[in-house]
Amino acid sequence: MSDTTVASKKLPSGAEWTFEAIGQYHEEIARVAANYKLDTYPVQVEMITSEQMMDAYASVGMPVNYHHWSFGKQFLATERRYKRGQMGLAYEIVINSDPCIAYLMEENTLTMQALVIAHAAYGHNAFFKGNYLFRTWTSPDAIVDYLIFARNYIAQCEQRHGVDAVEELLDSCHALMNVGVDRYKRPPKLSLLKEQARQSERETYLQRQVNELWRTLPTRSTTDTKEESPRFPPEPQENILYFIEKHAPLLEPWQREIVRIVRKVAQYFFPQRQTQVMNEGWASFWHYTLLNTLYDEGLLADSFMLEFLHSHSSVMYQPNYNDPWYNGINPYALGFAMWQDIKRICESPTDEDREWFPDIAGSNWQETFDFAMRNFKDESFIAQFLSPRLMRAFKLFAVQDDDKKNKLFVSAIHEERGYRELRERLSNQYNLGCREPNIQVWSVDFRGDRSLTLRYQPYNRRPLGKSVEEVMKHLARLWGFAVRLETVEPNGSTTLTYECRKEKRRGDAKEKTSND
Amino acid sequence: MVRIIDRRFDSKKKSTANRQRFMRRFKRQIRKAVADAIDGRSIRDLDSGEEISIPSKDLSEPSFQHGKEGIWEQVFTGNDRFASGDGIDRPMGGGGSGGGGGASNEGESEDDFVFQLSRDEFLDVFFDDLALPNLVRTELAKLTEYKTQRAGFTSDGVPTNINVVRSLRGAIGRRKALGAPLAARVREIDAEIEALEADTADHLDELAALREERSRLLIRIEAIPFIDRFDLRYNNRIRIPKPITQAVMFCVMDVSGSMDEQKKATGKRFFMLLYLFLRRNYEHIDVVFIRHHTIAKEVDEDEFFHSRESGGTVVSSALRLMTDIVRDRYPPGAWNVYGAQASDGDNWDNDSPICHDILDQELLALCRYFAYIEITTGEPQNLWRQYEGLTGHHPNFALQRIESLEDIYPVFRELFKKEPG
Repeated sequence: MSDTTVASKKLPSGAEWTFEAIGQYHEEIARVAANYKLDTYPVQVEMITSEQMMDAYASVGMPVNYHHWSFGKQFLATERRYKRGQMGLAYEIVINSDPCIAYLMEENTLTMQALVIAHAAYGHNAFFKGNYLFRTWTSPDAIVDYLIFARNYIAQCEQRHGVDAVEELLDSCHALMNVGVDRYKRPPKLSLLKEQARQSERETYLQRQVNELWRTLPTRSTTDTKEESPRFPPEPQENILYFIEKHAPLLEPWQREIVRIVRKVAQYFFPQRQTQVMNEGWASFWHYTLLNTLYDEGLLADSFMLEFLHSHSSVMYQPNYNDPWYNGINPYALGFAMWQDIKRICESPTDEDREWFPDIAGSNWQETFDFAMRNFKDESFIAQFLSPRLMRAFKLFAVQDDDKKNKLFVSAIHEERGYRELRERLSNQYNLGCREPNIQVWSVDFRGDRSLTLRYQPYNRRPLGKSVEEVMKHLARLWGFAVRLETVEPNGSTTLTYECRKEKRRGDAKEKTSND
Repeated sequence: MVRIIDRRFDSKKKSTANRQRFMRRFKRQIRKAVADAIDGRSIRDLDSGEEISIPSKDLSEPSFQHGKEGIWEQVFTGNDRFASGDGIDRPMGGGGSGGGGGASNEGESEDDFVFQLSRDEFLDVFFDDLALPNLVRTELAKLTEYKTQRAGFTSDGVPTNINVVRSLRGAIGRRKALGAPLAARVREIDAEIEALEADTADHLDELAALREERSRLLIRIEAIPFIDRFDLRYNNRIRIPKPITQAVMFCVMDVSGSMDEQKKATGKRFFMLLYLFLRRNYEHIDVVFIRHHTIAKEVDEDEFFHSRESGGTVVSSALRLMTDIVRDRYPPGAWNVYGAQASDGDNWDNDSPICHDILDQELLALCRYFAYIEITTGEPQNLWRQYEGLTGHHPNFALQRIESLEDIYPVFRELFKKEPG
C-alpha cells in the first residue's frame, strides 16, 4: 500500500518526454521555486526541433529578427559543427521577455527538459526580472513586438531601396554596434504602437533638425571663424550610433530609422554582456537547488538524478590553465561556485568569512541572494563577493603581460597578500570598460570640411586592433564625410591614428535623387 | 498551469532567408568555388552538394577591438607552480595561456570559413553559368523517386546514428592492439615469477622488481581508454533513385594540340549538362569516353579530360570507333544511345565528308540524339559546313558554335522539347 503511494507520487522518469510529463515537472518546479520566493515573469515553454534551435542561435537567440547575411553565416557555421557531431547544441535558449519564453529541444531527454525548465524558466527568468541592469535597459514586455516592427520595417526598406543598400547600411551599423549603447542613461521604453505612431513623425522631425544644423554652413572661408565656432557636440558622446542617427548629415530618414533599430537591439543585449557569470551561475544554482529539493521530497527517481548530476557536472567543469581544454574561466563554474559560496558564508561562516564579509556572514541567505542578484553586475559582483576560500579552490593566479618586458609576470596568487589584488584583477577582466576600447565622438568640424573626429582613450597602453580601419570605413559611409580617429597619448596630447576621407560624393548624390 | 507551445511544425527553415542572404553576398566566391569543384568532379557526379570554403577575412565583421600590445592582465585557474612575482617566458606563438586579449576578442582564426552547399544550391550556381531557363532548371533538378538504403558505416555523423556494435568492436581492436605488447610482457613476467618461485634459491629482490614492473604494466593497460572518439562508427544511409531504363552516353572529344584547357573545361560542362538531361529519364547510364587526334581511343574519364596529345585531327576515326562500340556492346534495342561531340572545329580537310557520311548513313540511325559543339571563336571550318548539311534530314542531330558557356544550352533545347510532359 505505502509502496504504491510513493510510486504514484514520483514524477515520471525515463528518457522519453511527453507534454504531460513536462507539465507535471513544471508544476513541481514552479511550486518549489515559489517556496524559495523566486520572483519571475510568467513562463511560456516552447518545444522546437534542433534545426529551429540552430535558427534561434543564428538570429542572436531571438524568435524574430531582421534578415542579414551575418545571421546566415552564423547558421551555416552552427549547422556544420552540429552535423559533424563536433558540438552539441545548447540545451536551452531563454528570452528575456514577458512572458519569459524558454525553448526546449525535441531531441532532449525528459531529465534535460526538467533541467532546462529549472535553469532557464526559473533561474534566468528570475534574474531577468530582478537584476537592475535588465530592469534599467530592457523592456521585456515590448521586445518581441519591437523586433517584429524592426523586421517588417527593414523588409519594406529593402523593397523600396534595394537589398544592397540596406545590407550595406546594416553592415556599417553592425560594425559600430558595440559603441552604439548608452551606458549611463535610461533609454525610453519601447512599444510597438507608440513606435509605429511616432515613427513617421520622428522621420520628418529628425530630418528637419539635421537640416537646421547644416543650414548654418556658411560658404565664406573658415580661417577667421575657427576660434569662435562653438564646439559640437558640446560634450564627448559615448554612443556613436546614437550620434550618427541624430546628426549624420546625409542619411535619409529610413536610414536613420535602421540605425536606430540596430542601436535598440544592441542596447537590449547590453546587460547580458555584463552579467554572464552572475546570470549563468544564478540559473545553475537554482536548477541545482530546485531539483535537489524535489529529490529530497522523494519526487525524483535515482536514474533522473544520476543523469542530471552527470550533465550538471560536465557543464560546471573548470579545466586548469595548462589543460588542453582550457579556454578561459568557465562562467558557469565560477558563477555557480560563487553563489554556493555566498550561501555557505550566510549559513556557516568561518572566521575568515566574518573578517571579509562582516555584512553577510550569518545573515539570511535568501535575503542576501535577493540583494546580490538585484544590485550587481559581473564586475561588481566579483569585487564584492569573491571569497579567499574560492580563490584557493580555483587556485587563481593573475598574470601580467607587458609588451615592454621580456617575461610575463605573475602579479598575484591565491595567498593572503594576493587576495585583494587577485579579486580586483578578476573583476577588471569582466569590466566592459576595460575589455572594450573607450572611443567617443569628440567633435564635428561643421563650419569646415564637416569631418567627424573620434577620440580613443587607451587603457594600459593598449593600441587598437587592425579591424579599426574597416570600422572607420563603415563610419565614414554612415557619416558621409571624412572621419578621423585620434588617440590620446599618456602626456595628454593627441595623435591622429586613422583618417578616412570620403571622396565619392557622386554616388551618394545619385542615390539621393533616385530615392526621392 | 504552464503554457507549452509546440512549435516543431511551424515554418521550418526560418533561417533560409538569412542563408540566401549569405549566398547572395558571397556569390562571387561561391561561383569560383563551384567552378573549381566542377573541374575536379566526374561528369556523373552532380548529385551531391559541395564544401565551399571562403577566406575568413572576406567575411569578417569588424568592430573596435584592442590590439595585442600594451599591458594585459589575466586571471587563470589551477595554479600549480607559480608564486607571486615569478617571471614566465612568453609562450611561443601566442597560444592558449598567452595573456593577450583572450578575454574579449573572438579568436582571429586564419582558417577558411567552410560550409556545405546543398545539391540544389550547387546545381543552381552551375545552371547560372550556363544561363539555363528556369523551367528547365526545375525539370533538371527534379529528382525521381528515391529509396533509402544502407551503405556501410562512416566515421562521422550525428550521435543518433552511432552504431554501437561497430564502435565497440573498433574500440576492442584498438585496446587489444595498444595493449598487446604490454600484455605479452606481463605474461613473460608471470612465467619468470613462476620460475623464480619454483627455484629454491632466494630471489626476493628480483621478484619484487618483477612484481613492480608487472603492476606498472597493468596500470598502463588499464589506462588505455575504453572508447575513443576515433572508434566511433555511424550508420550510413544513402538514397538511390528507383530504376527506370538504361542509356549510354558517348563523349567524343578532340584532344589534339589546339584544344586547350579552357576549351576542355567548356566541353566538360557540355557533357555534364547532357548527363543531367539523361539522368532525368534514365536510371542507369553508361558513359563511354572517346578521345581522338588522328586515331581514336576509348579511355577512362580521368584520361579523357586530363591527358594531352599533339598532332593532327581525324574526326572520322572517333565516329568509326563509336559505331563499333555501339554495335558491339550497346545494341540500340536495349540501350538508348546518345552522342555528344566537342571539338574546336579543326579537321583534316579530306576527312570531313567522311564524317558526314558516317553520321548520315550509320551512326545517326543508331542514336536517339547526337549533339555537336564547336568551341571556337574563329570562322567555321569544313567540318562545321559538312555537319550543317545534316540538320535538315536528321531531327535527332543538333549542332552549336560555342564562344562562352551561355551558348551551350541551345543545343539541348530540341532534346528537351521532345520529352513529352
